[in-house]
Amino acid sequence: MADTHSVIGTKNKKGQTFTDTWKMMNEAPRTPSFYTGSEVIKEALRRASCDVMIAYPITPQSEAAALIGELFAEGYIGDYFRGESEFAVMSQCAGAAFGGARVFTTTAGPGTMRAMENFPMWSGARLPIQMIVTCRGINSPLSIQPDTLEIAYLLNTGMLVWHAETAQDFFDWILKGYMVSEEPDVHLPLALCCDGFFVTHTKDVVNLTPTDMCLPPYDPYRSPVPCMDMECPPVRMMRDPFIMKSNYISYATHASWQQEVWAAVERSRKHTIKWLNGLIETENTDAEVIIVASGTAVSQGREAIRLLEDEGIRCGLVKVKVLRPWPGEEIREATKNAKHIVVPEFNVTGWLAKEIKATIPDSDRVNAGPHVCGGMTMPPEIIASEIKTLLGMRTMSLAGRGS
Amino acid sequence: MTQYRVLPGPEHFLPPSAASMGICLPNPGEAHINGVIVPEEKAYEEAAKQFLMAKVPTLFPGPLVLWAWNEKAARKATAIRHLYNTLKECVQPGQTPMLIPMPDYRPKYPKINPEVEINPNHPNLTIWHNKIDCCMFIGVHCHQANLSLKIIRGGTSCYTIAMCAQAGHEDAMLSFRDASVEKIMKLADTVKRLKGTVKPRLTSAKSGASN
Repeated sequence: MADTHSVIGTKNKKGQTFTDTWKMMNEAPRTPSFYTGSEVIKEALRRASCDVMIAYPITPQSEAAALIGELFAEGYIGDYFRGESEFAVMSQCAGAAFGGARVFTTTAGPGTMRAMENFPMWSGARLPIQMIVTCRGINSPLSIQPDTLEIAYLLNTGMLVWHAETAQDFFDWILKGYMVSEEPDVHLPLALCCDGFFVTHTKDVVNLTPTDMCLPPYDPYRSPVPCMDMECPPVRMMRDPFIMKSNYISYATHASWQQEVWAAVERSRKHTIKWLNGLIETENTDAEVIIVASGTAVSQGREAIRLLEDEGIRCGLVKVKVLRPWPGEEIREATKNAKHIVVPEFNVTGWLAKEIKATIPDSDRVNAGPHVCGGMTMPPEIIASEIKTLLGMRTMSLAGRGS
Repeated sequence: MTQYRVLPGPEHFLPPSAASMGICLPNPGEAHINGVIVPEEKAYEEAAKQFLMAKVPTLFPGPLVLWAWNEKAARKATAIRHLYNTLKECVQPGQTPMLIPMPDYRPKYPKINPEVEINPNHPNLTIWHNKIDCCMFIGVHCHQANLSLKIIRGGTSCYTIAMCAQAGHEDAMLSFRDASVEKIMKLADTVKRLKGTVKPRLTSAKSGASN
């Protein structure tokens, strides 16, 4: 049986040292490196002591999935193969996790949607699988371009959902994500999302931990449910499908089961705050206008704030790092003094604005937008323009017939 | 800060999970009583008092301690047997300690035998049948323990204790965390020390599907 603590300081077959994760992430020296987001995913996985990665090609995550294949060839991943479809991949991930493996996969857009049935199953079965979601358009007509609409569908699956802004977030959160999702009181899958292409296909300076350090291995015997160990005695306690019975007890148990999944989401709050240093990050929350955003909309918001500062307009910023568990109290506190809350999003429905409206008092302060979608960029000028309009200031037209 | 407290039921047709009501799990060295974080020492006293007050104090050992699948499990099982024997020695006439296993997690159809086992899908049946008014879960996988604890809180007035080997259970009225042989033995010692100082309840657990 694995004992996580007993292996700290020992080496794996690649000569990496199993390292206390807190020390590795917070105290070990970092090397600045110029990488694409996809390459960063590979570098994080190199250090993640991952047992199984299952891949299926779909843009924009295909490159990351292929790069992790190289890691397997180098011997850093226990097993690696391609599934028959996204649905098959997510089912195979479940099988590997049921068996006690640390599991990783990547998906995007229509792939996320095709595999959707698996995600509440993962949560209900308490499988701490990590899934990278490199968001892209999901609807017909086909688009491979960045669009965050699929995140809205993940929010009620019982998975932990984090939204990375940068490649640096990605590197750190992949490794920290396992520490949160594998806690026995949490033990839930993590959807670690980013905006496809903007993060995956652009290069950025990322500070990497040493390649000779890696996470301690996953210990399935700390799981809140029995793993499928066919050798050890608590083996025959599979999760029976009590929902196949039609009676009050079955219904009540299933209700209690669902509550327990969401209780585990709540319990992740404490661990996530510890590892990510809070569910949100804030700047200038005493300002009259606050931009609240997640993903790369945060970067565009920052640039808009800089543009407005040049005109003497001061704005605050809330970067929402974690969507599940939802940082309701933090957002209420950060926006309590704001007259206007501007929520720029890369999707057509404005799911983040809806979440915020449901969280704060006086929700008519929320300006749901600007929105772009289908792969459009969001120039910071349109955020700045929207803010100036809210403040009753004249703003030049940013779109029109060119007259 | 939440005002919610984890108290004996019957609480509701479908009681909320304590975590959703803002109850947090204790850190190492701590426990919780009714959802309030306390030093672990205080929890030993309270758990022992609850056992000694109960008409039918009961231990529910789960699969993790029912088989000698590793050395630690075997030693824990011995300690649990010691705790049970201590309860029997320390209670007064009219009190009936019980030791009822949760051998697995599959729902028992068509009907469980509540005199010999408890099941996480319908734990209230065993509580009701045996009129159990105080129980302790130990060696039950955390997910199944939480299912049970919520259902018990929803439909019975039983006082629930969790001796959890991991992070604890906020759905119990009292929870230890990081359970070890030493902690089980310390609880037995506390029961022994408080013998004769606690007045037993005269009535047994109320039953009822909801309030």
